[in-house]
Amino acid sequence: MHQALRRHRGWAPAWRDAAPRAAYDVVIVGGGGHGLATAYYLAGKYGISRVAVLEKGWIGSGNAGRNTTIIRSNYLLPQNIPFYEHSLRLWQGLECELNYNVMVSQRGVLNLFHSDAQRDAFARRGNAMRLHGVDAELVAVDTVRRMLPFLDFDNARFPIRGGLLQRRGGTVRHDAVVWGYARAASELGVDIVQNCEVTGFTQAGGRVTGVTTTRGTISAAKVGLAVAGNTSRLAGMLGWQLPIESHVLQAFVSEAIKPLIPGVVTFGAGHFYISQSDKGGLVFGGDPDGYNSYAQRGNLPTVEDVCESGLALMPVLGRLRVLRSWGGTVDMSMDGSPIIDRAPYAGLYINAGWCYGGFKATPASGWCFAHLLARDEPHEVATHYRLDRFSTGRLIDEKGRGAQPNLH
Amino acid sequence: MRIGCPYCGERDSSEFTYLGDATCTRPDAVAADAQQHFFAAVYLRTNPAGAHDELWYHVFGCRAWLRVTRDTRTHAVLAARLCNEVHPR
Repeated sequence: MHQALRRHRGWAPAWRDAAPRAAYDVVIVGGGGHGLATAYYLAGKYGISRVAVLEKGWIGSGNAGRNTTIIRSNYLLPQNIPFYEHSLRLWQGLECELNYNVMVSQRGVLNLFHSDAQRDAFARRGNAMRLHGVDAELVAVDTVRRMLPFLDFDNARFPIRGGLLQRRGGTVRHDAVVWGYARAASELGVDIVQNCEVTGFTQAGGRVTGVTTTRGTISAAKVGLAVAGNTSRLAGMLGWQLPIESHVLQAFVSEAIKPLIPGVVTFGAGHFYISQSDKGGLVFGGDPDGYNSYAQRGNLPTVEDVCESGLALMPVLGRLRVLRSWGGTVDMSMDGSPIIDRAPYAGLYINAGWCYGGFKATPASGWCFAHLLARDEPHEVATHYRLDRFSTGRLIDEKGRGAQPNLH
Repeated sequence: MRIGCPYCGERDSSEFTYLGDATCTRPDAVAADAQQHFFAAVYLRTNPAGAHDELWYHVFGCRAWLRVTRDTRTHAVLAARLCNEVHPR
């Protein structure tokens, strides 16, 4: 308000655009939501503020700025539910915590189902959520008709039979999350260093001792990687192979329209999810393109598939124009679940494998990675996100399809 | 993105399905350390940003398996050969 009345001439930078120092207690590689959240919690909860976040571009230029803003904790498996619920509870308190408007909107997430078998599977997931103290409701098709009258209910191929609703799920303004965590971390003494790309690791005595970057060599007692789809590129600098493939996921926004979609709606007969931003554009997405990619853009067959799914669900979309499309580079782990663990190199820590579900995890990922970096043991809600689970068989497979490359 | 199938010519990528890294070779099942090698072959990937050797199946065309070299940063297809030419039986 103050700035609006002064014609926006008095804004000061919200965080220090720091130059890198020679040494830190912790260096976090990756200035996205997860990296900045990690730095904030290291300084704010674990008392470690000699921390730098190194970002090769500008903060939030990666997947934090490219997602479809959905938050939820409606997972099936006991290794996942407590983690994502921890994240959702952190989302609920985040604006007070950061004193920043990140537009947490718990407008509900509705997963539609289209057959008896799918209803049973969704009921099972809802019950699993409730057993962990998380809200879940199985809603009948009449309730869905009242909520969303414009859906294609009597579609001959994919009739809508009902849905699994998590009312506490919703959306958050993704860019604001980056800025909110950046401002708060910077105020606590964290150096946020942009345009600083890691080019290698320094090692001595069997330990990683720091990083070489485009802005010089930086020593660190601990180095944490939080670079989403670029994890293998950094690991490759050590000759380290990971159970990860990088894929492109596209997302879209339509022209702005008057309020139509009150919450987040997901299609059960195809991979499609949609919500409406406060500017009025419909934000939607679907399947990844399906091949290794670092291009941050996808191809037209996927655009067509996503739009077809949307039209199958909501014929009312047919006359809208797609305004923008873009892609992100996502870390597809071999079982579809994340990795928060120590690396097999002393002094190095990895936070990766978020597939296409990293945004909702931002607060808990930062909290748990900070815990691991500070205490050298996993946080209790992240104990299963071990890197060695692929060799020990303790895979976390939400969809029950079996762990494999190119899973999705 | 188009892939030049040696039989069919240049076709849109939607005519194909993707399997992944073509450099994975099946380990020797009776070796003493077979378990470690099978784990690595199944799960570990180089996942390069750059030229990537990968397998594509021309499911809506001639149904040949192709070994394609493609730049994962730009999607430019650098080469596409029939698998049975790369590994003749």
